[in-house]
Amino acid sequence: MAQHDTEHIINITIENKFGALSRVAGLFSGRGFNIESLSVAPTLDPTVSMMTIVTKGDDWIIEQIIKQLNKVIDVIKVVDISESDFVERETALIKVHTRPEDRAEALRIADIFRANVVDSSPTSYTIEVTGDVRKVQAIINLLQPLGIKELVRTGRIAIMREPIRTGAATRSLAKAN
Amino acid sequence: MKLSGSEIFVEALKREGVKTIFGIPGGVVLKIFDVLHQQNDIEVILTRHEQGAGHMAEGYAKATGQPGVALITSGPGMTNVITPLADAYMDSVPIIAFSGQVPTPLIGNDAFQEADNIGLSRPCTKYNFLVKDVNDLAVTIKEAFYIAKTGRPGPVLVDIPKDISMAKTDFKYPESVSIRGYNPTYEGSKWQIKQAAEAILKSKRPILYIGGGVIFSGASREVRELAEMMQIPVDMTLMALGAFPGDHPLSLGMLGMHGTYVANMAIHYSDLVIAVGARFDDRVTGKVSEFCPQAKIIHIDIDPTSIRKNIHVHIPIVGDCKRVLQELNQILRATVNGDQKELRKPWWDQINAWRAEHPLRYDQPPDGKIKPQYVIDRLYQLTADRDPIVATDVGQHQMWTAQFFKLANPRTWLTSGGLGTMGFGFPAALGAQAAFRKRLVLCIAGDGSIQMNAQELATAVVNKLPVKVFIMNNHFHGMVRQWQDLFYEGRYASSYLDVVPDFVKLAEAYGAAGLRLEKVSDVDDVIREALALDKPVFVDVMVDQFENCYPMIPAGGCNHEMILSDPPELKERQKMGVPKHQESKDGVLTA
Repeated sequence: MAQHDTEHIINITIENKFGALSRVAGLFSGRGFNIESLSVAPTLDPTVSMMTIVTKGDDWIIEQIIKQLNKVIDVIKVVDISESDFVERETALIKVHTRPEDRAEALRIADIFRANVVDSSPTSYTIEVTGDVRKVQAIINLLQPLGIKELVRTGRIAIMREPIRTGAATRSLAKAN
Repeated sequence: MKLSGSEIFVEALKREGVKTIFGIPGGVVLKIFDVLHQQNDIEVILTRHEQGAGHMAEGYAKATGQPGVALITSGPGMTNVITPLADAYMDSVPIIAFSGQVPTPLIGNDAFQEADNIGLSRPCTKYNFLVKDVNDLAVTIKEAFYIAKTGRPGPVLVDIPKDISMAKTDFKYPESVSIRGYNPTYEGSKWQIKQAAEAILKSKRPILYIGGGVIFSGASREVRELAEMMQIPVDMTLMALGAFPGDHPLSLGMLGMHGTYVANMAIHYSDLVIAVGARFDDRVTGKVSEFCPQAKIIHIDIDPTSIRKNIHVHIPIVGDCKRVLQELNQILRATVNGDQKELRKPWWDQINAWRAEHPLRYDQPPDGKIKPQYVIDRLYQLTADRDPIVATDVGQHQMWTAQFFKLANPRTWLTSGGLGTMGFGFPAALGAQAAFRKRLVLCIAGDGSIQMNAQELATAVVNKLPVKVFIMNNHFHGMVRQWQDLFYEGRYASSYLDVVPDFVKLAEAYGAAGLRLEKVSDVDDVIREALALDKPVFVDVMVDQFENCYPMIPAGGCNHEMILSDPPELKERQKMGVPKHQESKDGVLTA
């Protein structure tokens, strides 16, 4: 059953109540599953939260993770987002140390990544960047030589793309061409 | 009319049909005990340790099929009940523990006898609740019972702060509950059941591998129907004993680490394993990569996480064992043709050859030391007609009981399987006896394990629970000693029990009866004498200290490679007895 580990993004709809987060976190630690990142916040329905977990494992482990999550009584729904087409985002706040000669460079990098400067001091900029995991990692890599004083990341969130109906929509596109 | 939280608690339990509560009071649950004290519908059995209360609730639940209830106080009361909760979680026993908690304003304050009951019990319960508002109490209790009983059963904890048990509100007990995140699947997939039926019809060497799920689901009749209709041999896990009659010609007995030779050989060489309510535990599969190399596997279980957890399954069926088997049997009845006995003859010839090759055996010399297997075998022979409930602790005596006590009916077997909790047996037996006052309840224990909950003798005496306890006394943690003999060159690290109390006097000190059994020729008489007594009895059985439990598959070994008797070098070593410095003063060991 040797397979390689792949990354999976799992969206968990869960009761927004006392202890629900620890049930999921405890499940992962108790069974030795791996959490790369975890993010949780209430949904439109205030009694329900959406939790996004990024995890790694072979198919065998991912199947167990999903089954075990479903077994948690507070969990309402489990979707392995990475099974389908999805959009993922992460936001990072990066406080970069800036010497006078680096300040322009820091702004240039932020500009390239369409990141915003949300705070500035004589010796630092705080840059807010949003994107997929590669984009966030890329800007961090570029800013690192300048000196990153602090880094806060939200963890990744993801949502499925709405499926595009291949019928009528594509035909009208073809006509336009 | 407004009721206090404590009154609501008692009313709700009455609605759930609770007849007995096991527990110990403490500061924060006094109000609840006070209300219980003033009514007669629910009996409160005061135990001598909260662990005892938890195991009694388990014994009660296993024997009756109804949830067992324990009521304990905060702090140490709660931490003491963790072991029974973990035990019940592993073995899917529906128990509900109600714990007292410090008043809500004090939670998190390191108050006197405070513990994080929810945090402590989270990994060893199916679900747990902290009641923060007295208006939620009734519905919480309803949900607790619902969760414990349905789906794959399991333990639930309800934590009730002191101020909640004092506060008053209107009492309204909900008729039903629905929990949006909890919808167990009872109906199996029709398509998969059809696949299973086809596989069974095609199979030449099928085997049923049944687990405790058959008992929880009440599927004994369906298993028997399937086995008899298709002439399929039946292997039972430790938890399934009693689900299928042990003396039925189709029964091969228990499989696994200390299972019978025929049960392990048959599953290893089968071409189709029909797993029903079993979870492919490591004590059953042995080496996973070589488990049943030629077999297709059908797995019927209500818990989807059990399926494909350890073993690749070809036909998974999530559903209630009873319902799935009913459908399966219906399809098979309609399609089966030909004489199954004739068809299965080659398979049964092979099985019978294995059975004859290495049956379970022991050698009892008529004037030698008493073999524990002999006592258990005699106990079985002398009580079989009374359909006893049999509890065990954990260790060699447990395995010997599993091998030799051929139980005929479900819900007569109380043992700790998954967690392997020494000290389980005696309180579990008391719990069952509390539910069935008139029935014969036996407990087979070891001198090591009985000491882990011997304090419950007081509970037995006070509540007139005449459990008959047979202690296989070998002055050892016998199973540990066996492993040390087989895998640690006979170094008895901390397995020798130098001082063992005089169990006869111990029992008498509590007001129970004590008997000692030292001679082979007395076995039947002493058993009869114990059975005739109308009070709890400890029978101190002085058994052969070096008897080992076989067959044995070493941990991680393969199911068809069993150790069947003591290796020669072990016999040599044992002749020398226990090393000098470990000898006890009364010379018990060198005798």
